[in-house]
This record gives sequence, structure tokens and C-alpha cells, in this order.
Amino acid sequence: MPRTKGKNNSRHPGRPPLSPVTNELKLSFPSLSVNEGFARAALGAFLAQLDPTPTELVDLKCALSEAVTNCIVHAYSDGIGTVKLSVSLRADRTVIIEVRDLGRGIPDVAQAREPLYTTDAAGERSGMGFTVMESFSDKLSVVSKPGHGTTVKMIKRLSERKKL
Amino acid sequence: MIKSNCTLTFEKNPPDSITVSVSGEIDHHAAVSLRRDTDAVLWDYAPKKLTIDMSGIEFMDSSGLGFIMGRYDVMRKLGGVLFIRDPSPCVEKMLKLTGFDRRVTVIKNSKERQSV
Repeated sequence: MPRTKGKNNSRHPGRPPLSPVTNELKLSFPSLSVNEGFARAALGAFLAQLDPTPTELVDLKCALSEAVTNCIVHAYSDGIGTVKLSVSLRADRTVIIEVRDLGRGIPDVAQAREPLYTTDAAGERSGMGFTVMESFSDKLSVVSKPGHGTTVKMIKRLSERKKL
Repeated sequence: MIKSNCTLTFEKNPPDSITVSVSGEIDHHAAVSLRRDTDAVLWDYAPKKLTIDMSGIEFMDSSGLGFIMGRYDVMRKLGGVLFIRDPSPCVEKMLKLTGFDRRVTVIKNSKERQSV
């Protein structure tokens, strides 16, 4: 089957076509905790073109912070690995944030997503990371394979801004 | 140690209470030194009451909740109590979202609040 250029909704035939991607950011950085703040700042700078509300901005920064922290604390708990961040913007003001690692993976994603579940109580993790990501996005998907890594995808459509 | 975007000051309120004021951004990176510095003070003075002033927090993710619950446990070991004072809007949102506002005592409007 020939590959279609660009992303369409061919995998989900019943759904309306997706709005076209208007801009994209790709970053990769080592899993150092100092990069949590860097990732948030980069997201904030990139999203400025959509003029999000302060609440939308803080919510997305917080969700991203959780995803990046998971890579640092869990995926690469034994050392330093690469965290890949990609942010795509669609014409309908949808923001798609993808955080990918090649770390140890999550054996049971459903369990990991439960509120208060943590494998690192000694590290004072609250177990609320996925709950926060879920609350601050319209849709969260987590795909993981033990030994191969995890990809977290968060989708949020920003509100329409009034034209001045 | 790379500098974090978070500062901490503490104040002794004799006879047996301590106020810790945290400002800036609390994420996992900042929480490491925040935890170490706060606990150094706690084990030193063993207060009966710890108040964490969070009016100056501009950003907090779930690492901040971990920090709060961790201090709650330390205070329980010391036979004392923990209060969260004047949480900024982002802190309040996180506490509410995760139900932590029902697990810790929150004091609001202890002084004139800055406009939100």
C-alpha cells in the first residue's frame, strides 16, 4: 500500500479529516532534571504563536512537566537517556504533544495510570503524574513496551481567541 | 548542582513552630534540594508546627504534591502538624485536582492576598 503524504484519518474511516498541521517542533535532550524546566519554557515559547490563555498555557506546561519527569525518574532510572519531544499545531488550534523515551517501559499501563500509584514512594513521587496529564489534556494516550520505551501523547484543542 | 528556579526561606516562630516560604517553580528538579533544605531545618529544630507558605509559587507539578506529602510524614514522625498557607492559584488547582486539599490543612488569606 502506498504511503500517503501527511497525516490523514485513513486509519479511522468514519471520522472527519484532521485539520492540517501548521507548525511543528522537535527537540531531543538528555534525561537531566534541569531539562524539565527547559522543556516547559520551550513549549511556552512555541505556543506563543497561538496566544493561549494563561490557564491553557500553565495546564499544558504542567502536563508536559509530568511526562518529562516520568522519563527522568522512571524510564531512565538507571542512567541518562534521550527524551524526544515533539509538538505539532493544527489549523484548528489543536496542540499535540508527544514525549518519547527508549527507557525501561511500563509493564502495566492501566495500573500506572491509576491515581496515587507509584513505584517510587521513597523518591516522594505523589503518583499523580498521569492523573494530571489526563486532566490537563483532552486526550491522553500511553503506549509502552517493557525494555523498549514509552510514548505519551497529549492532545488539547485551545479555545478560539477573539481577533483584535 | 545546577541552580533551580525555586527559592526557600524559613523563619522560626518561637516556641515551637517554623514557617517555610517557597517561591518560584516546583518541579522534580527543584523538589530535590527543596526537600533536603527543608528537612535539615525540621530535624534541627523539631518544631510542633510547620507552615509552608506557598503564595509565591508560579508553577507546580505533581512533584510539589510529593514534597508536601513528604513533609506531612516528617511532621507526623516529629509529633507535629503541617499547614499549607496561602496557596497561589496554580498550587490550589493542583491540590483540588488531586484531592490533596482534603488531606492537608490549608490556611487562606492569612495576610492581604495579592490580586489573582
